[in-house]
Amino acid sequence: MRQATEIYTKPDTDFEIVSLHPGYKHSDKKHPFIFNLRFLVMGIFFGILLVKSEVISWFRIQEMFRLQSFHMYGVIGSAVVTGIISVWLIKRFNIKTISGEEIFIPSKKFHKGQIFGGLLFGFGWALTGACPGPMFAQIGSGALVTTVALLSAIAGTWVYGLFKESLPH
Amino acid sequence: MLEILKQPMPWYIAGPLIGLMVPLLLILGNKPFGISSSLRHICAACIPSKIPFFQYNWKEESWNLFLIAGIVIGGYIAAAFLIDMNAVNVNPNLAKALSRYGIDNYQTLVPQQIFNWPALFTARGLIMIVGGGFLVGFGTRYAGGCTSGHAIMGLSNLQWPSLVATICFMAGGFFMANILLPIILTL
Repeated sequence: MRQATEIYTKPDTDFEIVSLHPGYKHSDKKHPFIFNLRFLVMGIFFGILLVKSEVISWFRIQEMFRLQSFHMYGVIGSAVVTGIISVWLIKRFNIKTISGEEIFIPSKKFHKGQIFGGLLFGFGWALTGACPGPMFAQIGSGALVTTVALLSAIAGTWVYGLFKESLPH
Repeated sequence: MLEILKQPMPWYIAGPLIGLMVPLLLILGNKPFGISSSLRHICAACIPSKIPFFQYNWKEESWNLFLIAGIVIGGYIAAAFLIDMNAVNVNPNLAKALSRYGIDNYQTLVPQQIFNWPALFTARGLIMIVGGGFLVGFGTRYAGGCTSGHAIMGLSNLQWPSLVATICFMAGGFFMANILLPIILTL
């Protein structure tokens, strides 16, 4: 795990890869498959929610950006409020993981990518009507053409990685 | 009971349940919520290259790939068993605007008149599916997160860079949906 930190030494602008954070300790190494199964179950829960709340719908995303419906604002807003309360409770009462570890939440530093990248993602979100999570849920729900959008998103991520050093951050 | 379950979920139930993903992931696995980084892991795992951005041990992050596999399965379960596919309820103003571009079928959550295989050979479909997908992948990694990583996880942890990112997601979306998309839809 230490190795991974050393391989990628360029200043981090991503902050999402916890195993690359110097202070992070990997959870539950003894049963990696059982450990990962938890995430599969959480993913199923999340996938069902995305479809049931119609967050995966291109129509709902258009209504959000055209200010024609409160639905998406309600979903994201109440999710954020729940998240804020949860993180506050975890910090306030120093809640540990189920295997007794200190909970690690990576903090983020500002860089221009959050503006430029944010705008570009906004364009893509309005075009496809899907952010990455809903893309996977759309494919599961039978909208198989989204596979092409997903492959294109993977290509986009790769092209970003290729040109990262020459982009303003 | 099953009939109630088959109704679309209102925002005040779906939102808090989606927000619960944050403490669930932290307490059950010590991981921050974020979906778009899976795209980076897929690049690191599947596309051989010497690009430093993809030189890390993606296996340490395999939990994220299990999470997205779960989302696909969840999407299937919900669509197959938990939803009544009559018609998507669409705001009349949006319906009126879309009818100008020949989009009047609301049977599916993802409009089939835009997102279909033959559409990939039209300028409109190519821009919306391939171009849109590319922007999602490029933009989320450039910004360091997506709706889950920045708007939900980042804001939950009161990270102001995530607020900047979220505002830019919305600004980009407003510009595309109101200014550019009406032109693209005519193609």
